[in-house]
Amino acid sequence: MSERATSIPPEEQHDDQDAESHADGDDTTAGAPSADAPVTGDGTQPEPVTTGAESVVRALENAGVEHAFGVQGGAIMPVYDALYDSEITHVTMAHEQGASHAADAYGIVSGEPGVCLATSGPGATNLVTGIADADMDSDPMLALTGQVPTDFVGNDAFQETDTTGVMTPVTKDNTFAADPDRVGTDVSEAFALAREGRPGPTLVDLPKDVTNAETDREPDEPATPDTYEVTEEADPTIVASAAERIGNATRPIMLLGGGVIKGEASEACRKFAIKHEIPVVTTMPGIGSFPEDHELSMEMAGMHGTGYANMAITHCDTMIAVGTRFDDRLTGGIETFAPDAEIIHIDIDPAEISKNIHADYPLVGDADTVVSQLARAVETSPQATKWRAQCQQWKSDYSMAYDVPEDEPIQPEFVVEALDEATSDRAVVTTGVGQHQMWACQYWTYTEPRTWVSSHGLGTMGYGLPAAIGARLAADDDQEVVCIDGDGSFLMTLQGLSVAVRENLDITVAVLNNEYIGMVRQWQDAFFEGRHSASDYGWMPEFDKLAEAFGANGFRIDEYDEVADTIEAALAEDGPSVIDVHIDPQANVYPMVPSGGDNGQFALAEDQL
Amino acid sequence: MSGENEQDEPNGSGYRRGLDGPAPEERPTPDGRRNEQGIRIDPEVEAKQAPRRTVISTLVEHEPGVLSDVSGLFSRRQFNIESLTVGPTTDDDRARITLVVEEPDPGIDQIKKQLRKLIPVISVRELESDAMRRELALVKIDADRPAEVAAVTDMYDGKTVDSCPETATIEITGSRQKIDAAIETFEQFGIREIDRTGTTALARGTQSTAAPASTTESTAEAASHPQNQYAPADDD
Repeated sequence: MSERATSIPPEEQHDDQDAESHADGDDTTAGAPSADAPVTGDGTQPEPVTTGAESVVRALENAGVEHAFGVQGGAIMPVYDALYDSEITHVTMAHEQGASHAADAYGIVSGEPGVCLATSGPGATNLVTGIADADMDSDPMLALTGQVPTDFVGNDAFQETDTTGVMTPVTKDNTFAADPDRVGTDVSEAFALAREGRPGPTLVDLPKDVTNAETDREPDEPATPDTYEVTEEADPTIVASAAERIGNATRPIMLLGGGVIKGEASEACRKFAIKHEIPVVTTMPGIGSFPEDHELSMEMAGMHGTGYANMAITHCDTMIAVGTRFDDRLTGGIETFAPDAEIIHIDIDPAEISKNIHADYPLVGDADTVVSQLARAVETSPQATKWRAQCQQWKSDYSMAYDVPEDEPIQPEFVVEALDEATSDRAVVTTGVGQHQMWACQYWTYTEPRTWVSSHGLGTMGYGLPAAIGARLAADDDQEVVCIDGDGSFLMTLQGLSVAVRENLDITVAVLNNEYIGMVRQWQDAFFEGRHSASDYGWMPEFDKLAEAFGANGFRIDEYDEVADTIEAALAEDGPSVIDVHIDPQANVYPMVPSGGDNGQFALAEDQL
Repeated sequence: MSGENEQDEPNGSGYRRGLDGPAPEERPTPDGRRNEQGIRIDPEVEAKQAPRRTVISTLVEHEPGVLSDVSGLFSRRQFNIESLTVGPTTDDDRARITLVVEEPDPGIDQIKKQLRKLIPVISVRELESDAMRRELALVKIDADRPAEVAAVTDMYDGKTVDSCPETATIEITGSRQKIDAAIETFEQFGIREIDRTGTTALARGTQSTAAPASTTESTAEAASHPQNQYAPADDD
């Protein structure tokens, strides 16, 4: 104790001794650690920090971080050295891009920022895709990057990149940590910023001299900076007028976006929709916010949304939009988007209000809080019996039922449904980007929030496997993790299999293999006279054998009668499994609204494009 | 959704890939439309909003990277910026960035909201049309006709800051319009180089230029579509 006390500035000694006395004997108060003296899981007080790097790791521990994903390298070595003694579980990834996607998926499933680490230069630039992905989807994430020593910054030193410069357009905020006494607090603040308000990725760039430097400064508790303001409650006057509008609506819908899930507002939205019998449409990130097996569910709208969701959006007179930014893949052409609807827009980010679609009732605030405000304010349910009947009619008119011709190769929809059938309601689905992703949206019935993990805004092929790794560590043990991937997407990041095998992660990858960049091939057939420029691979490695080479379990499906048994066998394995499913290479995704088109004019087949 | 019982579609080559349902032309279509700004078009009020020029004053943390945060925001969101000036304030930890932008109302609204989202930005305020606005320009001209140069310089309350047998450099201060006019007049002598500072601005009287606009205020703005039309008044 005496040795430690000498390293603590006099003004902090009092608090330290105070906490020490709690830990020593006074059991009744030991559960309340003070900010200056964090207490570890077993109740003992951790060693005081001695370096910037230790302060960084302490900040992560204080924030409750349990897992981190990353790749070692020169400039980040001091941080990894401090991590060596920490109880944080570090998953060494095969590539930094994988680390960023794993952290992103971890954030989606757990609701807490996922943490990724990389060294300077190429380590940092390899994170860019995953960070940009998290930024587009407002996923909470904290990235820590090593940097060359401060004196070398600006000299084009070995592995130097202007990381904060590169990351500015794709992060919620980022910081160059210049001060060893402040570096831990920089990390605490970045963690808080990633989580609070509209979530997003934050980054702290850590020069090696700063992390190596001596300091005894413990990081402050995670808190956002003073300049960051979040509005929780919406303006009651606008709430009242919106409530009145809802009462007078005859064709109401709720449009639930990713913000519903991030804002933990799924329950409030479910209650609201069910109480007032309002049909519910979701965006792609909003999948899971409302149970798709419920009568009121119209499922996903937009470019490849269901026909009935797009009819409901096009013809509604009142739209209660929660936590959505009206992305172009949802709206199609702005002129024809919900053209008869008065729009009640709930969002925590004021900048999303009237950015793409004008909000008649702008409600800035936390989704859960504002939906609850609205629930209290609505006095009468909309008189919408006829509208609900119309919605049900559309559900039958534009049914998603597909054909399974026996003499054609396997239809992908059948495989998605078989996987859904074979897993529990809480199974987590991750995907890459392309046709397989759309089939995974359309033919899996999602009923729980945080079970759909995908790259929505950025559309990152290769997201699925590393995301499954992150999701696996964030999910409960009884939740299966299934990656529905495409052959093109899987090929982009399959080095992650080495991680899944090494860590013995129980994930099942189903590669819907058509030996095409299928979505591009579909567009070429529709809009480029079938000229398959650079979309026809013509050859793919045997993914089942490749999996085995990595030490994973490999399976292959060519025929319908193999589907159910093979899926069962793959799911039964404890470690990672890969099923190479050879699907109909000509299968297309429908319905489809062409880019900038009218949602109500979706095509059901190629001859309607 | 399960298709197991729907194997009645025969054949290989004639297999039509797609879903069943009424074709696009058989579907009802709504009457309404929106304009490209996402506003429902009311035939009576239909009008695309014209761009207007306005001054936005922001108080920011005086730290590295803040200027690139702000300028990067303008370039990546394609906001039209006319000038940007930055300088210290009475508080060493804060700097003021004054922006002149030209956008339709929804664009100006977006600029303010996006600026407020930047963490180092402390406050954002659109200045009223009566705000004081000044710009400084240095104009280096050929000095072949010194007497005439001096006369024009006087006309614009300018100051000669440098001269040699070949050139004279004149300092002009005032509104953007005054400087434009002065430069136009100096053109007759032959202008060699120009440097302009861009607009600096402060609110009039006792109002504080830095007064942060609250989030609720910005919501109210979005709801009510203020038509605080900027009148390009000459300050001189």
